[in-house]
Amino acid sequence: MNDLIWVAIKFMFEKLLRIDRRIIFLFVLIALIVPLFLNISQHIAISPEVRDIYDSLRKLQPGSRVLLAFDYDPPSAPELQPMAVAVMKYCFKHNLKVIIMGLWPQGPLQANLAIESIKRDKEFKDNPPIYDKDYVNLGYMTGNELVIQGMGTDIQRTFPRDYLGNPTSSLSVMKGITNFSNIDFIFNLSAGYPGTVEWVLFAVDRFHAKLSAGNTAVQAPQVYPYVHSGQLSGLAGGLKGAAELEKLLGFYGKGTKFMLSQSFAHIVVIFFIIVGNVAYFATRGKKKK
Amino acid sequence: MEFGFTFSNTLAAILTIGIISFLWRDNPLYKLCEALFVGVSAGYWFVSLYYQNLLPQLFDKLGLTLIITPHADVKEGALQVLFKQGRFDERILYIFAGILGIMMLMRLFPNLGWVSRWPLAFIVGTTSGLYFTTYFQSNAMAQLKSTIIPLNSINNIVIVVGTVCGLIYFYFSKEHKGVLGGAAKVGTWFLMVTFGASFGYTVMSRMSLLIGRIDFIFSTWLGLVK
Amino acid sequence: MRREIPLIITGVVGFTYIIQFFIPHWPFNIMEHMLTDWMLIIFAFAIWLGVLNLMKVSLDRISKRTKDWPYALVTILGFLFIVIAGFFFSGGRRFLDPGTPFDYIYQFIYTPLSATMFAMLAFYVASASYRAFRARTKEATLLLLAAFFVMLGRVPVGDAMTSFLPESVRLSKFADWIMNYPQTAGQRAIMIGIALGIVSTSLRLILGIERSHLGSD
Repeated sequence: MNDLIWVAIKFMFEKLLRIDRRIIFLFVLIALIVPLFLNISQHIAISPEVRDIYDSLRKLQPGSRVLLAFDYDPPSAPELQPMAVAVMKYCFKHNLKVIIMGLWPQGPLQANLAIESIKRDKEFKDNPPIYDKDYVNLGYMTGNELVIQGMGTDIQRTFPRDYLGNPTSSLSVMKGITNFSNIDFIFNLSAGYPGTVEWVLFAVDRFHAKLSAGNTAVQAPQVYPYVHSGQLSGLAGGLKGAAELEKLLGFYGKGTKFMLSQSFAHIVVIFFIIVGNVAYFATRGKKKK
Repeated sequence: MEFGFTFSNTLAAILTIGIISFLWRDNPLYKLCEALFVGVSAGYWFVSLYYQNLLPQLFDKLGLTLIITPHADVKEGALQVLFKQGRFDERILYIFAGILGIMMLMRLFPNLGWVSRWPLAFIVGTTSGLYFTTYFQSNAMAQLKSTIIPLNSINNIVIVVGTVCGLIYFYFSKEHKGVLGGAAKVGTWFLMVTFGASFGYTVMSRMSLLIGRIDFIFSTWLGLVK
Repeated sequence: MRREIPLIITGVVGFTYIIQFFIPHWPFNIMEHMLTDWMLIIFAFAIWLGVLNLMKVSLDRISKRTKDWPYALVTILGFLFIVIAGFFFSGGRRFLDPGTPFDYIYQFIYTPLSATMFAMLAFYVASASYRAFRARTKEATLLLLAAFFVMLGRVPVGDAMTSFLPESVRLSKFADWIMNYPQTAGQRAIMIGIALGIVSTSLRLILGIERSHLGSD
């Protein structure tokens, strides 16, 4: 009888090991879609490295110049766009002047999308951010780390015009800004190369800028040594980092909204790994006997 | 940004579903979307580089913009200063950058491909010179400095032991036996934790990307989620 | 001379940047500014080379009527579509302004295509984890456990599962500890090793010992 049960279990596990991958895809899809329709609030625990970003922003006085480096493209937007929106809302609310640029060509466009969404927000509808009063967008420049190297010496030489074609020297937000020593804080949103690593290597270690970063979850683990060494003053990693930043800055958005789907997705992946391993060892154990 | 069942959102949704259809099996709609993606990406880079890089950095500074479009809202370039005012403007040196750039494009022609070695040599020289100092300063010295910490807490001991044993693991000039082998083994454990954490974060990242697209379909396009 | 002049260029440019790092004064700072500005332009041409090469390969496929040649035509048409929109119908230098045809193509064609292409990886990571992730050895088990703790700790459900514990020892705090200490130590070891490798390779390139970037004669 026991042998019969064991044969049945082994048969079931062997079938499971050969399951069509499209069934796994379906499970993943359901795990991500269903939570979007549920209205369950979750407790977002704050990690120390995200709190460092918040503390750095809080120390800035009104009128301080904040450089936002948009080094990502649309695939990374679900993770980084909520961070960008939350930080920009904080800057506009506290009268911090925002200078936008990008080492990726899509970056400045993502910044524009973030600003358009802020202008639609009811908190900013009556007092929307104004170009060349509250923010400027210098656009994209190719050259990767050489752009940062150039900005460390002369930002206006590296970006002679903004993304609209206006001479940088004519912009009021850029008055008195020569290089990083005139920038009070840099927040880098990075999805890969060039990104946070290059900003640390050149802007922080070479030109002593103060830098915090928001990274995609793929890149975040590689950047933790810079947080520990103090080269980076805070790090928000992935969608969880975005949700934490939204909570600290007080601007809830998509980062918080997507966390339930994220939770379900992780549970599904862990479930599949456990089932795969149980099935593997169950069938392997019988073969060995 | 638009919301709702508009033409634009429907176009975006069709392209999204076209790519996702590959999960069922390869099909003509997926191949069409893939080919379109490649072409549009290439065009995006082409236009962006022209307006945001070459125009302000090369053509404006040399004065070619004013030669091609005399009524453009730009200051006089080096060529205008040289020929109208008869004096040397240091921006004329950018002509060498332009020449090197055109030499780079010679790679498109099989017989002239060797000409692109000069600008390639510039690129390799620049990145080598930059990386030699910056990687040594930031990724080697600064990291080693942060590892020299007092062993007065579990966390500090973990950092020091993990870093040292991890480095010992990568030392392949001597066989991993005895004390060295033991340290390399500990290093392996730390590296396994590192890779496991990286895998966990990778799963998080990939799922986030998909959540974004699903949100677009159900929230922005269909309006089923508020 | 086809190989010697590029080697000299690599060496001179490389040494200029190294010397400028230690002596940021005349004439090295002027040389470095000039070379940096030139590089920004050369990089742009290098990317243009990639784009034009793609068009050349696509045209080749169309002319030779290779398998799937109609898709090469779609690639070229997509390229021409956005280039024409960007150069002629989007207000020149103001091509990135919200509302221009270029911006429209970015939002409703480029963004869904690129975002979905990468979003597909979510499915593959789940499928690959199920099929290939096996705790065959002690090291693999450690890797798996670290992944589990981090995955659960970085979402609110981890704290919900350990809500019976004091806040300082819940799963999110444990995941934070893993990321900030053992994970950082391992990453630091990898980072230092890579940095030393980059330093030695850079020196070899500048001194001309490494010549693979020049290709063959």
